Amino acid sequence: MTYSYYKNMQLNNIIFVYQGEVTADLVSSILQMMENKLDGDGEDKKIKKKVFNVMVECLQNVYHHLDTLEVVNPDDDVNDRTALLMIGKEENDYYVITGNHILNNRVSNVRERLEKVNGCNKDELKTLYQSILNEGSLSEKGTAGLGMIDIARKSGQKLGYDFHPVNEKYSFFSLEAKVSRI
Amino acid sequence: MRNLIIEPTPKTPKVILNADINVFEISGRSIPEDSVGFYRKILDWVDEYSKGPNPKTNFKFQLEYFNTSSSKCLLDLFRKLEKLSKSGHEVSITWCYDADDEDMEETGEDYKALLELPFDLVSV
Repeated sequence: MTYSYYKNMQLNNIIFVYQGEVTADLVSSILQMMENKLDGDGEDKKIKKKVFNVMVECLQNVYHHLDTLEVVNPDDDVNDRTALLMIGKEENDYYVITGNHILNNRVSNVRERLEKVNGCNKDELKTLYQSILNEGSLSEKGTAGLGMIDIARKSGQKLGYDFHPVNEKYSFFSLEAKVSRI
Repeated sequence: MRNLIIEPTPKTPKVILNADINVFEISGRSIPEDSVGFYRKILDWVDEYSKGPNPKTNFKFQLEYFNTSSSKCLLDLFRKLEKLSKSGHEVSITWCYDADDEDMEETGEDYKALLELPFDLVSV
């Protein structure tokens, strides 16, 4: 059993995986651990910075997302504070994958924002970032609506995403961001 | 007025706001979950300082990392300095970035484009 987990992670180039409740302290610990790992691996400074930035935004995105969810009925088979955080290192890319439940009525809004970001080239992302930075105000959670744009800019690649229907109330939202190692 | 000195943590920057010696610096990393809470002290300090500013004010920023929630707070801070500048005081911002950190350079350019006050980008 353990060996198959190990082989599976190795096969999928997974450095780190976490499934459970996401707290601010947990996010800090993961970031520190991954920073040590990147330093230890002697990764190029530029790449290291990009990976670290993308990790910060992805993990904090989940952290803030989860806070906005309602408390789930104990009868539901879904725990709303549970998320999946995964970091991998392939030959050409680092990748950060997050997965968390979101309310079905938020799916179309999140999907539209992702489609918009993925539809932008480098210059359009810059313009979009500037206009939201300049005009937008912070939400109650202190989020700026800039996270996905920033991830896309630092990543330099299209964001991967999926909304998997769970039940009539929730979907499981996954987001994948890559940072090229080359 | 009282100085504002904040020691750095893994998630928040080092802050030196000392009007006596005319040093205004924010450096390190700014990636707190609650950036609004962190920057409130700084914004309040600048409001107070603006009531009787020094003849010349140069704010130096040397950030290694910052999250998008801090980016909004930084703009709020820049806007306050811009206001001080527009009210007839000599105010400038120096944005230092690591020579091979294109992203930090680009972020500096983003801010420069949005602001109307002297904003120098310096590669270090």
